[in-house]
Amino acid sequence: MVISNKPLRFILAALVACLPLMSFSNTEKDSAHVQTEVAHEATSEGSHAEPTDVKSKIKAFIGHHVLDSHDFTLTQDDETGKYYGFPLPVILWDNGLHIFSSSKFHHGHEVAESNGNFYVINHHDGKIYRTDAKGTITEDEKTGHPTNVRPLDFSITKTVLSIMVAALLMFWLFTSLAKSYAKNGGISSGVGRFFEPLVLFIRDDVAIPNIGEKHYKKYMSYLLTIFFFVLFLNIFGLTPLGINATGNFTVTFALAILTFLITNFSANKNYWGHIFWMPGVPKPMRIILAPIELLGVFIKPFSLMIRLYANIFAGHIVLMSIIGLMFIFKSWIGSTLSFGLSFVLSILEILVAFLQAYIFTMLSALYFGSAVEEHHHEEEGHH
Amino acid sequence: MEKLINQFEFGLFFWQVLIFVGLIFLLKKFAWKPILDAVNDREQGIKDALLSAENARKEMENLQADNQRILNEARAERDAMLKEAREMKEKMITDSKNEAQAQGQKMIEQAKAAIESEKNAAMAELKSQVSTLSLSIAEKLLKEELSNKESQTKLVEKMLGDVKLN
Repeated sequence: MVISNKPLRFILAALVACLPLMSFSNTEKDSAHVQTEVAHEATSEGSHAEPTDVKSKIKAFIGHHVLDSHDFTLTQDDETGKYYGFPLPVILWDNGLHIFSSSKFHHGHEVAESNGNFYVINHHDGKIYRTDAKGTITEDEKTGHPTNVRPLDFSITKTVLSIMVAALLMFWLFTSLAKSYAKNGGISSGVGRFFEPLVLFIRDDVAIPNIGEKHYKKYMSYLLTIFFFVLFLNIFGLTPLGINATGNFTVTFALAILTFLITNFSANKNYWGHIFWMPGVPKPMRIILAPIELLGVFIKPFSLMIRLYANIFAGHIVLMSIIGLMFIFKSWIGSTLSFGLSFVLSILEILVAFLQAYIFTMLSALYFGSAVEEHHHEEEGHH
Repeated sequence: MEKLINQFEFGLFFWQVLIFVGLIFLLKKFAWKPILDAVNDREQGIKDALLSAENARKEMENLQADNQRILNEARAERDAMLKEAREMKEKMITDSKNEAQAQGQKMIEQAKAAIESEKNAAMAELKSQVSTLSLSIAEKLLKEELSNKESQTKLVEKMLGDVKLN
């Protein structure tokens, strides 16, 4: 039963996983286009020039939104130059620890000084570079990237803060759910109750069918944590707070590398046997298959990383572009249309938020399942 | 691809891994384990309850079947006993009838025999009585008759005449 079901489920999961990628492939190209345009315009206007017209302002805003930021800006008033939000701590390691508030940068307009070193936030990539008192930035002629020294940046950025908030929220929610069982005689109560079906769903429809009854328990903590973590951050990204954690390449990379490490460290002999010496095929084929299989080991988590990143990133770009259209059209019909469109798209994004969290968890479970899968002959022997 | 690599931020990676791994372990200890245990316990409880209900139902059925069987047995035994009693009664009646008949027959036989012997005895008695009586009568008659001659002859004649009649 399980053996016959597995390929079918895998194909279904793979199809579902590919679906958003395909539908977003065009928009993703668009987003890249938008970004390059921003960069071009910015370079043509000079590195510190602010965009002036509405269109390029929106582009710059979107371009900045998808990147990490050292302060938490909710909104800003361009006319008065006022920012509404709060600064975040900057922690740098540059031959010694430098800790100061990001308000020192005045939103990238000024050079910050700490223990005799000068730092500046680059306007393009939002990263901190070491500079001199005047804030000169030398740029590489070919790539346009600054060549200044980059200190090791351990700042609590907007993304780090949102990760912390998500972690705290999850901790509070699920510990209260756990406590409610003891208090209420084995039946959940309170806010966490809403998440109990999701926990059961992860156990019964993700972990057990993909990993198997025998091994699934040791992966449950990871699968549940990653599912809710990705889900919460995806949902956070849809709030007007302007958080983009799961659409950040570094975050998805960190998640994917954990899946990769867990898969390969918990893998049994059978898994490695299938990679380096595929059973059941002629010997010359095994030699050809080994590098392909080995490549697959790395491609699997890589696809995890790119899928989540691209989906959320593209979703944010598209959604914000359509919201931005409202201000470009400035006519009742165009703005209404783009409002309706952004509304529909927001609903779609909620679906994507759940779907991507599910797919990440599902595929992680699938990889864990392949890592601990027993030999099929033994399995038949058990029956 | 180069854009992606440029976006990589070691500090963020550090925080993400630190917070996430910490979160996994904290949640494992304080949330996932108690939640999954509670859910498993509850499911096990439901399973057990269903199983015991099923068992109770089966036991009930068995009990009912047992009862039915015992009832049937009792009924069959009662029927058998009644039948036996009836047979015994009939047998007793026929037996006693036969015995009574035999007894009666025997009594009748005895009575008949007694009657016969009594009759014979009576007859014998009667005969001897008659003979003595007749002898005495004859004697008396003879004494009287023989007292005169005429009457003697007359008697002899008469007697002879009687004998002839007999």
